[in-house]
This record gives sequence, structure tokens and C-alpha cells, in this order.
Amino acid sequence: MTETTKKGFSRRTLLKGSAGLAGLAAGSGAITGFPYVHSAEPKVLRYLGTAVNEGDDISKQCLKDTGIKIEYITATTDDVTKRVMTQPNSFDVLDTEYFSLKKIVPSGNILALDAKKIKEFDNITPVFTKGETPGGKKIGGQGTAPWKVLYLEGKDSKKFATSATEFVTLIPTVYNADTLGIRPDLIKRPISTWAELLNPEFKGKASILNIPSIGIMDAAMVVEASGKYKYADKGNMTKEEIDLTMKVMTEAKRAGQFRAFWKDFNESVNLMASGETVIQSMWSPAVTKVRSMGIACTFQPLKEGYRSWASGFCVSKGVSGAKLDWAYEFVNWFLSGYAGAYLNRQGYYSAVLSTAKAHMEPYEWAYWMEGKPAEKDIKAPDGSLLEKAGAVRDGGSYEDRMGAVACWNAVMDENDYMVRKWNEFIAA
Amino acid sequence: MSEEVLQQATPGLIPGSGTARAAKATRLSPSFISWLQAGPMMLVFLAFFLIPLVFVVIVSFWDYNEYQLLPAFSGRGYTDTFEGCIAQLPDLCTIGKTYLKTLKLCFLVWAITLFIGFWVAYFLAFHVKSKTWQMGLSLLCTIPFWTSNVIRMIAWIPLLGRNGLVNSGLIKTGLINHPVEWLLFSEFSVVLALVHLFTFFMVVPIFNSMIRIDKSLIEAAYDAGATGLQTLVNVIIPLAKPGIVIGSIFVITIVMGDFITIGVMGGQQIAAAGKIIETRLNALQFPAAAANAVILLAITFLIITMMSRIVDIRKEL
Repeated sequence: MTETTKKGFSRRTLLKGSAGLAGLAAGSGAITGFPYVHSAEPKVLRYLGTAVNEGDDISKQCLKDTGIKIEYITATTDDVTKRVMTQPNSFDVLDTEYFSLKKIVPSGNILALDAKKIKEFDNITPVFTKGETPGGKKIGGQGTAPWKVLYLEGKDSKKFATSATEFVTLIPTVYNADTLGIRPDLIKRPISTWAELLNPEFKGKASILNIPSIGIMDAAMVVEASGKYKYADKGNMTKEEIDLTMKVMTEAKRAGQFRAFWKDFNESVNLMASGETVIQSMWSPAVTKVRSMGIACTFQPLKEGYRSWASGFCVSKGVSGAKLDWAYEFVNWFLSGYAGAYLNRQGYYSAVLSTAKAHMEPYEWAYWMEGKPAEKDIKAPDGSLLEKAGAVRDGGSYEDRMGAVACWNAVMDENDYMVRKWNEFIAA
Repeated sequence: MSEEVLQQATPGLIPGSGTARAAKATRLSPSFISWLQAGPMMLVFLAFFLIPLVFVVIVSFWDYNEYQLLPAFSGRGYTDTFEGCIAQLPDLCTIGKTYLKTLKLCFLVWAITLFIGFWVAYFLAFHVKSKTWQMGLSLLCTIPFWTSNVIRMIAWIPLLGRNGLVNSGLIKTGLINHPVEWLLFSEFSVVLALVHLFTFFMVVPIFNSMIRIDKSLIEAAYDAGATGLQTLVNVIIPLAKPGIVIGSIFVITIVMGDFITIGVMGGQQIAAAGKIIETRLNALQFPAAAANAVILLAITFLIITMMSRIVDIRKEL
């Protein structure tokens, strides 16, 4: 009984149906004598993603260079995934994180892109393809590291390939190494380890993010740093390991360690800027934002290393024909330098370093990527002052930061169990 | 020729009598007219409430995996929800604690909004004599609703924060040395924000009941020698009961399902029934989310049934 109902309900059959309908519609269009209707259409791509890669400047420049109009659909990481599952026809280009792929790819709702059609594919940083920095430093592979889920076995395969193939799940665009943000003016001493997050000294002034799959990675960094346990893979825990991690966090919560949990960028900025918290997990641009408000805030490098994340582009399964060509054109444009430089200037890293470099001033490149003191004032993409001349980027150069990555954001095999335990932690 | 004969020969020729006859032929039964009147609302109710609700109940009994719903009967949504609850006895499990916390917050908010709402309505109904002022003042109550829920909620944060206005004011006056921590991201701030947001929902129905109380009843009570308190307890409260119950239903249903206010004002540290549903949705566990929604609905329904046992709203209206 289940077999038939399952078949009846499968979204892919639905999709096939709608694709068939689309085909019919296109066919009938040709019959009625308007074969060129498509070429006259404005080039519009509906772009679903989190706000990281999105920006007015990027979409304006893209329209200028390629004639493609980008319509942003912005959602949180969780909502992006939800939308791919439930409304795969509501977007064309998908911008999402590599760790979501473990859920998205088996659903069959996205189309792998063809590496041969991506001009700069061979110039993509080895961080993605080999798991090492351009300088040859080996990068930690715990969690859903991008190179584990970068290729598919075939065009319509739902299995990740273990070696390079033509079919790429996500064309990488942006990534970063995350760590804790601190208020040096309120802490007044050096911070060098993840374990400080649970230091009773910061009771009632610490925070982590309430996104289970990322929050538990931060928790695992803390547990390992405090010497309580060493995980085989922080990004793929056993049930016992999840229990242990959540027990440590729950005890800290009951003892009043946390001031609040945050869920989006602005919440984390507000917590830090208002002094409600002095140490918390944070994203690099959020630190920059606090600093641009005139409040001291450091994206503190820690001896255990960074927790990294990466995102990239793919397209919806429903995209075909001219629209698919535009999607490739857009992805190629995105990797051609302007967008990469734009992201680099926000403190993220671009996937193709050479093109981004060509779009940046040498002093900018030296500050953001080489860890050198700024020769001139460093400005944000919107022109506001970020750092005065002489400042050095937290954590140093690209090599130092990406080379010190310990693990990647992940979806675990025991994800379901982990989410339930996380709920218990919040309720504790 | 008499009119009757003419009509028989050429029916409909005389306009008046013709339509009268047509109406007679298709005379609608009163019950049909009632159905017709209630029909549109019923259809809306059916399409946007009952049918989705039935789907929620159905989906709550489906199975699921990481990325899709599996339409095979399964109680997993429910068993996962109550996982370990029996083993943990006598300690409460997460779901038990979460509901207890939700009920506690709900009770506090209900009690406070009822108290404030009752007296505001009392003032408007009995102390404000002119109709114009009554109207003007009750409009004044709606002013906070000219901004969005979220803004009204977030406005509390700079006020209550560690370095917020209240704390810095208290420190300056020398009343305290260290900032008060429990003002923000605590049950206190959650209840405060919810009371702020929802008191109005109590004021309106209670006020509505109160202005319909015949003033001569109060005079009669006074003439019979009742004290103010006796009049209040024996005359006003019983007659304002429908308003009190309707207001209570508003407040209780909103607070039981709320997760945004509790999330923001509680610093995401206070679990609420609605929050569990949200987390489940975010993890793409739709059947489990639906199961939790059904449980929440059942509990809310139970509370409302109990309340309508106390007052028969249909009779009182």
C-alpha cells in the first residue's frame, strides 16, 4: 500500500508532470507561429538565497554587464532548504550552503551544473577541490566539507561522487572561517581558546546561535577545547556524543551562562553592540558592523582553529532552455571578479581568487587577503570607513585563516535526534 | 373580463400579480434562507480553517525522513515528541516542561491582562459619562496598534537592557549599583511584552459587555443598600461575563501559540509550544510539527471548553 501511495505523492512525478506541461506549452507556442517569443523576453532570474551573496550593487552591476535582471528571494538558511523541498518551481537560481546538500540532493529538486560550462572552474581555489589552501596547507575536513559533496556521479544522480566528475552540485561562490566575537573593551584580557565561551567569568554575558546544526558545532569546539572529549568527527556525532555535548551545554545554561541566543545577523549585532553579551559565536560581517558603529569588537582567532562554511550556486530542476543558459551566464559573471571583490571587501572570501584580485586595489588585497597592515583607510563596499590605515585584519592572511579551519558546518546522520536534543537544551 | 380570467388566459400580463405568483412558486423555506445567509462564512471557514486542519491531523500521522514526507501511517510524530517521558518520571520531560512553561506564561498574561483590561473597561463604561469621550478614549487605546507587533515588542529592548534606560536611570538615582539582569531576556520581559501587546484584546469585549448593562440595575443595587463591592461582585461582574470570556479566549489562544514574542523577549532561551513547532518545521520534520500542532490545539481547545462551561456565551449574548 505504501509503495503506491509513495509513488503517487512523489514530488518528482509532480515535477515531471509540470515539465511535460511546460514542454506542451512551448510546443504549442511554436505551432501558433511565435517561435521567437523567448528571445524577446526580458532576462530575469529568480534568485533564492540567504542575504550573504545578495546586494543591490551586485544585481545592478550584473544587469549592466549581462542584461540579466536578478530578483532576490531572501530567506534564512532553514527557510531556503524548506523552499527547495516544497516549492522547487518558485526559484531559478539557488544560492545555498554545502551542508544543506545532504538534504537537498536526495530530494532531486536541483540540477547539477556542468563544470565544462563554467569558465573559471579550473581557477576555483583548491580549498573547494582539494581541501587545501593555495599555499598547500591541509584544511580540516570534519563536518560537511565542500569537497565531500562537490561532485555528483552523474547528471541525475543523487549520490555524491568520491572523485572529480563533470557534474557539480554547487558552484562555489563565497566562504569564510568563523570564530568567536568578543568585546575586548569589556573583557580586558587576551582570549585564545573556544573554552572561554563557557568560562564562568562571563556568566550571563555569553551567547551562541540558535541554529541547531551550527550551534552544536560551536558547542563541540568548546567541549574539545576544554579537554572533556575528543570527537572522531564533530560534524557527524553518534547519539552518545550528541548527549554528551548537549549535557555540557545544558549545565552551562542552567548555571546562567548565556544571556540570550541569536538567530539572525542583526540579533547578533545588537547583543554585542548593546553590551548584553561580551563573547559569542558571530559572523565576520557582523563583527565589522559592530565596529563600524564605533564599538570595539574583535573576530578572535582561537588556537583550536575555525569553524568554516561555504556556499555556492545551482539551479532548480525546473530550469531549462534559454533560462538555463542565462543561469550559466550569471554564474560565469559572478565568478568573473566584480562580485568576488565585493565579497572580499566585506570580509568573506571569493571562490576565484585571481579574478577578484584583478578587481581590487593592491592595498585592499594586501589588507584583506595577505594579512598586511592597511596602507590606506579601508572602506566598505558602500564607501563607509571600516578601518584606519595601519590596521591589520583579525586572524591574519587567507593562508593563516583558511589553513586553520578545524571543521565545517554540517548535517549529521543523526540530525533528527540532534534537533530533538537541541529542543531539550532550549527548554532546559 | 375579470382580472382572474385575464390572468389565466395570459399569465404574467398583469405585472404585480404575476411576480407574486412566481415568488409563491419558488418560496424559499426559512431554513434555506438561514443556510444561504450563513453559507459564505461557512464556506470560508471550511476552505481556510477546517480543511487545512484536517490536513494537519492527517500529516501528523505520516512518516518522514530528512527531506520528504512519507505518506504511510505512522505515530512517529507523536512518539518522538513524547520520547523518554515515561522513563524520566517523576521528572518532567522536555515536552512536559515546555507545555508547563507555556501554560504558566499564558496564565500570568491572562490574569494580568484581565485585571488591567477589566478596570480600563470599567473606567470607560461607568466613569466616562459622555459618549464622545467614551469613543475618543477607546480609540486612544488602539493607538499602539498603529505600529506593527514586532516594533512594539522590539522597542522594549533598549529600555530594559543591561545598559538600557531603566537600568541607567536606576543607577543614576543611586538605587542600585549593578544593572538589574532579569529585566530583559527573562520570563518577566516576556510577560511584560505580551501584556503590553494583548491587553487591548481584553478591554474591547469587556467594555462592550459593560456598556450594555442597564444603569438602572446599578441604581437599584445602590437603592437596595449594596456596597460598591457588592454591586461589583453581584451585578457588574456577572453581567460582564461574556466579555470577560471572549477577551480571555482571545488572549489565551494568542499566547498559547506565540513563539515570536517569547523568542525575542526571552532571548530564545525560553521554550514555548509554538517554538517546538517552528524548530520541527525548520528541520523539515513536517509530520512531527503537525503532531505538535495537534497537541497544542487540543490543549487550547480544552481550556476554551472549560471556560465556556463556566459561561454559556450563546445564552449571554
